[in-house]
Amino acid sequence: MDLTLKIWRQKNKDAKGALKSYDIKGVSPDSSFLEMMDLLNNNLIEKGENPVAFDHDCREGICGSCSMYINGEAHGPDRLVTTCQLHMRKFKDGETIHIEPWRAKAFPVIKDLVVDRSAFDRVMNAGGFVSVNTSGNTQDANATPIAKDAADKAFDAATCIGCGACVATCKNASAMLFVSAKVSQLALLPQGQVEAQRRAIHMVEQMDHEGFGNCSNTGACEVECPKGISLENIARMNREFLSATITSES
Amino acid sequence: MVPGGVNEMNSELEKAGRVADFLELGELFAKDALERNESCGGHFREESKTEEGEALRNDKDFAYVSAWEYTGEPKDAILHKEELEFKDIELKQRSYK
Repeated sequence: MDLTLKIWRQKNKDAKGALKSYDIKGVSPDSSFLEMMDLLNNNLIEKGENPVAFDHDCREGICGSCSMYINGEAHGPDRLVTTCQLHMRKFKDGETIHIEPWRAKAFPVIKDLVVDRSAFDRVMNAGGFVSVNTSGNTQDANATPIAKDAADKAFDAATCIGCGACVATCKNASAMLFVSAKVSQLALLPQGQVEAQRRAIHMVEQMDHEGFGNCSNTGACEVECPKGISLENIARMNREFLSATITSES
Repeated sequence: MVPGGVNEMNSELEKAGRVADFLELGELFAKDALERNESCGGHFREESKTEEGEALRNDKDFAYVSAWEYTGEPKDAILHKEELEFKDIELKQRSYK
């Protein structure tokens, strides 16, 4: 299949950036979107031009690196897939495809399609963990009984890969789905309840500090999330945060 | 020719750097193989084999582990020998018969 690609090119974080048009021929419908980008980059390098910079790692939908806004949708037209899992057969021969990076004030563009998502790392450092001395005092995991529905919901929340599609697709660039998934995966479990209040307060505080927008319950995040993270997590974090601000000592 | 500049994010430069590293490592491997003038384990030299065509070790001269010190160019790496001393166990050669 032959395609026209309109790709965001930006030299560095201070440059202006613009959409540039590229033609690509002979793309296999069975290839993935990133394999198509590799083909484009090979063509560009052979012509002595700069290849398009984009994030990628596992190329199998689990690392959260790949992050392209394709035809106005995070990770493209398919549901429950990441960019690396999107196949070219989802597009038509002769189609024009717009490719942009994640757009958010909290995700500054580094180059072309690569954005700086370290804001997520700083939110995690603010409280997305359980502080336990894990050496010399481990006990049988089954000694702590946990209700199956809580375990299931915690597991579902834990499937968040931190790609940032939720932020990119949100009209407010809010990170609520991501932060609430990371809070929920621990809040639902007894081990996470010990530090639940400070976790909710500090993670939300850091989230706001990074410049993410506020949640207006639109729900686009849940639709575009490649892992199908539920909006219920946002509701849960709102409860955690409210209860923490009322009852916390600090 | 590597596209792009040095003072910006440049994945082609990253890849070129990795290729350069592998080439240097390859050169050092070859230097090490030439220095070890015996056959030992997976390191086999045609000029050092038994009548049956098995590896012929030279424990008198080569019972050491080679550690190469980096000085810049692989060809200028300095060899440090960590001698293998067998005190309580006898150094023997395995027979595959």
